[in-house]
Order: sequence, then structure tokens, then C-alpha cells
Amino acid sequence: MGSRASSLLREEDIEEIKKETGFSHSQITRLYSRFHSLDKGENGALSREDFQRIPELAINPLGDRIINAFFPEGEDQVNFRGFMRTLAHFRPVEDNEKNKDPSAGEPLNSRNNKLLFAFRLYDLDRDDKISRDELLQVLRMMVGVNISDEQLGSIADRTIQEADTNGDMCISFSEFIKVLEKVDVEQKMSIRFLH
Amino acid sequence: MEGTSWDLALVVFEVWLSVVLGLIVLPAMFGVSLGFTDLYVKALVKTLEWATLRIQRGQKEEDAVPAHLPNGIIEKDDGSMEEEIGELRRSHPKSLAGGDFTLCDAFYFCKKGIESIVEDQVTQRFTSEELASWNLLTRTNNNFHYISVRVTIIWGLGVFIRYCILLPLRVTLAVLGLSWLVIGTTLVGLLPHSNVKTWISDLIHVTCYRICARALSARIRYHNKENHPKKGGICVANHTSPIDIVILANDGCYAMVGQIHGGLMGVIQRSMVRSCPHVWFERSEMKDRHAVAKRLKDHVADKTKQPILIFPEGTCINNTSVMMFKKGSFDIGATIYPVAIKYDPQFGDAFWNSGKYNMVSYLLRMMTSWAIVCNVWYLPPMSLQDGEDAVHFANRVKSAIARQGGLVDLFWDGGLKREKVKESYKEEQQKMYSSMIVGQD
Repeated sequence: MGSRASSLLREEDIEEIKKETGFSHSQITRLYSRFHSLDKGENGALSREDFQRIPELAINPLGDRIINAFFPEGEDQVNFRGFMRTLAHFRPVEDNEKNKDPSAGEPLNSRNNKLLFAFRLYDLDRDDKISRDELLQVLRMMVGVNISDEQLGSIADRTIQEADTNGDMCISFSEFIKVLEKVDVEQKMSIRFLH
Repeated sequence: MEGTSWDLALVVFEVWLSVVLGLIVLPAMFGVSLGFTDLYVKALVKTLEWATLRIQRGQKEEDAVPAHLPNGIIEKDDGSMEEEIGELRRSHPKSLAGGDFTLCDAFYFCKKGIESIVEDQVTQRFTSEELASWNLLTRTNNNFHYISVRVTIIWGLGVFIRYCILLPLRVTLAVLGLSWLVIGTTLVGLLPHSNVKTWISDLIHVTCYRICARALSARIRYHNKENHPKKGGICVANHTSPIDIVILANDGCYAMVGQIHGGLMGVIQRSMVRSCPHVWFERSEMKDRHAVAKRLKDHVADKTKQPILIFPEGTCINNTSVMMFKKGSFDIGATIYPVAIKYDPQFGDAFWNSGKYNMVSYLLRMMTSWAIVCNVWYLPPMSLQDGEDAVHFANRVKSAIARQGGLVDLFWDGGLKREKVKESYKEEQQKMYSSMIVGQD
């Protein structure tokens, strides 16, 4: 039988996700179809293997780090809410959202949250700073075997030197933001969802 | 009491059989069409158009979820790695004194990764294509809710027609067709080798496939028949289901290639090979590439044997794209006759999702669809050019087939249905990125 995905998602859930993430009704149902098609075990949650089955993701040098971003600390299943919460970071920033009610909290797709997502790609142990070692490991993922340890080390040193302002030989989140303040984060960390 | 009910049943059965034989089987064998299928398909098209309008009207009134967009969920950028990362770095105030790495480089991989999680080119090819509008089959009912009483009545009527009228008819035809094949080929196999034997054998094969095509209510349109595969050549086509064989063999005789199975398939295979040479392999032989290539070469060299039919993708794909062609058949040095097959999914989904359905449930689904409507294009023959290797040749043929059938041309391997992707693709990306960091040293 074809997937009855949309019938498993209740209207109340859709409304809640809409409020939390800002996706439209139709976007949520389509992403639920996608979630459902990735969920081979049909148990309402995705495991790391489910993500790795996507060939384009499996060959992405930072594939494992991206997959990791979906799973909260210590867990290895992500449900649809968690899936949407993570994807919400990549919603484009719309103008009318900038004037929203400030007490509603910062939207998931704000410039700050997008940068935080990227920061966490580097911060392997989630201790809110990027050490030299962590930077080296992520660099190694991106370059494979094509660059020597020494060269990679000097690249890491130079990067930390430029960003580090308080001299602790690590990059904190605020130092990360400062270094990338001229980068068009809103465009480069956004995906154009069709309605 | 019992006697009469049995007599009645027998009479009904006899009438049924004569109707089937007279109106369907005999004309089919002679390649004559009484026009039933065409009428049926025309009526179907009208009904489905009406249903689509009703559904669209219903959705506008409800202001409900808009119909499924066939264009995908997201709009992707088509830039290369160099272009995208270059753009990222332009805004970054940095002296490019060797070691050209910036923290924002990760944004590129991150975005590409998330895009592939939302929508990727490969995993969608191993499940049935989603339809733009419902075709009144329960199995394709994804996002279409209850619309109106009239649509539901038509749907109910459709269920009755498909399961109670068409299904028994089709099953009867399929049984007749296959029995004819087995009995006929076994009998022909007893004849001594001669031209007459070949002619009769071809006749039996074609008539059997014609009956099977009726069993699926297939309406096939062949284009460019002047490019029909000739003896001594290899015919390659995109693979969607085992039915592809019935579709192609309706218009000519081919030598099949494949593994010998047990059970019913095996019986059919063994009897087929008695009357004319097909290329069946034992499971163990399939692993030995040289042995396979040699047998194919020998077959092709014999100009009296029918052209070989091969599906180079190696597995069933859902007819929206063409995936990597295995180079084996392109290495033999024979002329390749490419064929593109495109099914119209509105009438019935021909794709065999072998992970989800076994052969029997798949055939049942086929026989309870509306019809199988497809187009077959024969493309001009191609051969290996000077200085070209088998892989390049295979890709050239694949692109030609994709272009003709309106299918997406992918380099990904159909084997990804079951296996993991090769590490070498990741290594390629890492190499490309590394050269951006250190430049040409």
C-alpha cells in the first residue's frame, strides 16, 4: 500500500510544529512524507543508519557531524519533532519575522542560531569552545588524506590565532561570531523550501 | 440439486473459456486488435480527467493542503564546490597567505548535507513515483482525502471492475499464455534443427507474449521501428520491472540473459531454451565475468541467433531516471541497440519494488491496476568508437536512452538499493576541497 504518512500526523501536532519552527502546513506534511520514507524501521523515529542510507549524505565529508546535529546528547533516535526542529535552522529569514513579538523567543532560523549550528559542527565535545584538537579533527574530515599533519596543524594554528581574542587558544562562540560577522550567513545557511 | 449446480458451473466455465479464447487469445496470437483495449483506455482517460477536476475543485473549496507538487520540496543551487566556497570566502576579511582555510567553509558542506537529507536524487528512485493527481486506486492514495460522494462511488465501481471482472480475466489469460509457452516450446524442442523449427519457435514466443500483454491490459506504442534490434546485436533498455520483457518481446524475438531460477520460473526457462537459444547462467557462473563475457560473445558471433536482451542497470528502478549502466555488455564489441521504455504511471505503476513485494504480490498488483500504458522508442544503433573505453560508451548509451525517454540521467549505481555507496566518491570531494585549501603545490 502507498504511504499513508499524512494520516499519521495529527492536526494538533502540525499546529505545534508550525508555531515552533515557522514551517507552513504544506511544508510540514511534505517533510513528514520524507521523514516517513527515511524511517525504514517504521517506528516513528530515525536512527543514524537511516541517515547514512542517503548516498549524497554518506559521501559528504562532514556527513557524520551533520547527522550528529539531529541527535540530542546521548540519544540515538530522533522523532519527527526533533527532525523538524533541526531543519528549522535552515529556513530562510523572512522580513516580516524580524518584527515579531520579542517575548516569543529567538526563532530557530535566526542568524545567531544558524551560526550556533555551524559552531556545533566544530565543537565535538559540546563544551562551547573549539579547541585546536577539535579543529584539527574536523579539518581532517574535510581534507581526507590529501594534506600532511604538519600543514594541517599550521592551518589550524593560523585559524585559531586570527579568531582568538582572549588568548585561551580556543575559539568561543562569541569569537566565532566576530570572525564571521561579514559573511552572509542568512543566505549561505538557508535552504529554499517550496510551498 | 448438487448435480445441476455442478453442470451449471461447468457450462459457465465453458462459455467463459470460449469467450476468452475467441475474443482475446486468438486475435492476440495473430497480432490483431479488436479495439477493446483502446476503447477501455479512452474511457479510463475520460474518467480520470473528470475525477481530477472534481478533486481540484474540492480542494479549492476546502482550502485544504494543495496537491502534491511534482517539482520537489526544495530549490537547490547548482554551483560547484569552488563557486560556492569562493562566494563564502569573498566576504571574509582575510589575508590569503598560504593555507586558504576559513571557518565558514563548513557552511558549504553543511548546506549540501541538509539539502540531501530533505531531498536526494537516489533514494527516491527505489520507491514508486508519486502522482500529481489521484488515479482512483487505493494504493496511490497518499494525500488525497475524501472529496465527494460521486468520486467515492466511481472509486468503488473501479474496485469492483478491477477485482471481480478484470482480475479473473487477466489471471486466466496469464495462465493460458504461460502454459502455451511451456507446452509449445517443449514440443518444438523435439523437432530437428532447421529453419522451420526457428520459425515455429519464434511464433510460439511472440504469441505467448502477446497473450501475456493482454493479461496486463497493456497498450504499447512502438516508435522508430526501423531501428529494431537485429541479429548479432545486443539490445539494452532501462529496467523497471520483469514486465519489460513482455513489453519488448511483443514486437520481436530476443534471446534472454539471466540466472536460472528454481520453481515455476525455472520450468519456463528450461522449456524456452529447448526451442531457441537463450543464455541462462547458473548462480556460480554469474560471478565469473570472463565466462559470462565469452558466452555472450559466442552468441553474438552466431548471426542466426536472435539479438540478446540485457538490462545494464542490473536492478529495477522506478522509471523516473536511468542509473549507472554496468559496463559488461558494452565490452563485447557488438553493436548496441538502445531502447527506451517509459510507462505512464496514471494507469498503473509498473515498478517492482522487490524489497517490498515478492513476485506473486507484484503480479497481483499489476493485474488489478487499470492498465499498463507505455511507450517504447527504438534508438539508432551505437558502437564503440575509436579510443573510447567501455565505461564511456555505456554512459553515452545511457544518456541517449535518458534523453529519449524523458528520464533523469544519474551516475549513481542502482546497486545502492541494497549496498553502501563507495568511499571513493567521498575521497573525490575531499581531494577537491584540499586543492582549494593549499592550491597547486
